Amino acid sequence: MNTKLSGVLAAAKAENRAALIGYLPAGFPTIDGAAQAVQALLDGGADVVEIGLPHSDPVLDGPTIQTADDIALRNGVRTRDVLETVRQVTTANPAVPVLVMTYWNPVDRYGAARFAADLAAAGGAGCILPDLPVEEAGPWLAAAEELGLATVFVVAPSSRDQRLATITASGTGFVYAAAVMGVTGSRNQVGEMAEDLVKRTRATTDLPVCVGLGVSTAAQAAEVAAFADGVIVGSAFVQRILDAASHEAGYAAVRELAAELAEGVRKR
Amino acid sequence: MSSHDLTPDPRGYFGAYGGRFIPEALVAAVEQVADEYEKAKADPAFGAELAALLKDYTGRPSPLTDVHRFSAEAGGARILLKREDLNHTGSHKINNVLGQALLTRRMGKTRLIAETGAGQHGVATATAAALFGMDCTIYMGEVDTRRQALNVARMRMLGAEVVPVTSGSRTLKDAINEAFRDWVANVDSTHYLFGTVAGPHPFPMMVREFHRVIGIEARAQVLDRTGALPDAVVACVGGGSNAMGIFYDFIPDAGVRLVGIEAAGEGVDTPRHAATLTKGDPGVLHGSRTYVLQDEDGQTIESHSISAGLDYPGVGPEHAYLKDSGRAEYRPCTDDAAMQALRLLSRTEGIIPAIESSHALAGALELGRELGPGATILVNLSGRGDKDMHTAAEYFGLLDQNEAGN
Repeated sequence: MNTKLSGVLAAAKAENRAALIGYLPAGFPTIDGAAQAVQALLDGGADVVEIGLPHSDPVLDGPTIQTADDIALRNGVRTRDVLETVRQVTTANPAVPVLVMTYWNPVDRYGAARFAADLAAAGGAGCILPDLPVEEAGPWLAAAEELGLATVFVVAPSSRDQRLATITASGTGFVYAAAVMGVTGSRNQVGEMAEDLVKRTRATTDLPVCVGLGVSTAAQAAEVAAFADGVIVGSAFVQRILDAASHEAGYAAVRELAAELAEGVRKR
Repeated sequence: MSSHDLTPDPRGYFGAYGGRFIPEALVAAVEQVADEYEKAKADPAFGAELAALLKDYTGRPSPLTDVHRFSAEAGGARILLKREDLNHTGSHKINNVLGQALLTRRMGKTRLIAETGAGQHGVATATAAALFGMDCTIYMGEVDTRRQALNVARMRMLGAEVVPVTSGSRTLKDAINEAFRDWVANVDSTHYLFGTVAGPHPFPMMVREFHRVIGIEARAQVLDRTGALPDAVVACVGGGSNAMGIFYDFIPDAGVRLVGIEAAGEGVDTPRHAATLTKGDPGVLHGSRTYVLQDEDGQTIESHSISAGLDYPGVGPEHAYLKDSGRAEYRPCTDDAAMQALRLLSRTEGIIPAIESSHALAGALELGRELGPGATILVNLSGRGDKDMHTAAEYFGLLDQNEAGN
């Protein structure tokens, strides 16, 4: 449970809109530039940020985030740099909940309790651990709970109702509903599966349910905002930076997209 | 009953290793595989159909060959080869593939995907897809498509789509990543026919069970041939499927040493090797907790081996358990030692082994010299070497410039 995260999501709900959650990996486009890129997300209007911990084996990511992770690792990004980026962002934006999204092995290697402690010390609000099923999450949950960190679990269209209940009973902060069966990356259609999944998830929990995977435009954000508590966008931001002629131009493009999407989540 | 018979536990753990570290989108599919496997195991019709395929299609039982001239180089120890190279498609991989293909049909799925390193698992999967009339996509690291081009052609001849993977190290690890990405997106129609004793539960147990036939046959054959159990059983270990297959039924035989040979590449004291159990640390890779070649931050380190099939920075969790428990031992073998063993077996016995299996042969030569005359060593000759002739021709300069087409 993390009061900052719950508060920001509740405030969006009170305004009768969905929250905008933006993702960018640490170490990208450079180790020092990552915090600037995240700042552009926030300046454009994101409510919550997820900072990705780049991994050598991003099996859940499509080509865009794979490319960004690859650039970050070539830049020499370390786990401690990810935590430093969290610290920079939370220092500059004390009211903003900052989550880390990471594959499990880097946390396991760092030590779950030590990672939780260092993330909390950096001002982080919690973690999304997409390849750590609830059955394997015990040690992490214990450490996170004690430090007031949220643990966001992912649910998928293939998750059966009974399993949804098990997952949402263990999660805190919000539930991450994967809109489609697939890896990260922009899609033309977000899919009807998302709405059904949100409905089924809500039947099991009072936690906010936020939808990610595939959203890249304001129109899609508005479509998802009609039935979800939050809209999560990652690859589209990464792509803006990859496509830009310079890092500065990339940050400007991120800010612009965030502003469009922030408008989208207000049109439900 | 030894304690090993109780593993894995219901959560898929062999001691501290195994489990199921997968995205939520795959949980239902992996549970379906586990449920269907349990049902199939209890169904006599499944067992009968698989047994018939193993006999009439694969050509089992595979022979046991005494290699006297080769043994002379092994300190006089008697070396016996379990001839998985003589299976249809040329390696042990077909044992597991036929089992999982039958399971796929039971699940009502129509498409097989698989990763492959050396191409042997890809060829076996493409073969089963042709036999059962299923669609088939094989992911193979781009580096491996070049060094195992013959197998790429075989897979395409069999009607499979072969996708060269250009991410990461462009080898087996990255082919597995890409296959997982495909599976997440197409799980309704598709079974991921995992090729080794790694991955999330139930794959490590299920793949071992489908390969147990190797050890069951070999144990009876050695007893029949020599009147005693062997002193040691030796097999190469990449992911570890052929080794688990031959080791498993010897585990209760306390007097039989189980020796896995890992790829040491250019040497375990260099950064270029694939000796995961010798040099790695426990971590999570490709769905299970096991030994992993990783850096201080838990990023996977790129492995190296002249053998595409052993070029993998992880290993099956049951091997991790056998290592820690001391029941099995794992030794490294360099690229060069393996290549010398490949040439030696070719020239002393007229058998050209795969480079993967040549690591086991090199390990047996070393072990034979340690054990001395009178010892009996069973080696799993997991595959034949036709696919490796390009690499061998370069390594030994077998072709002149004109012949090599340079």
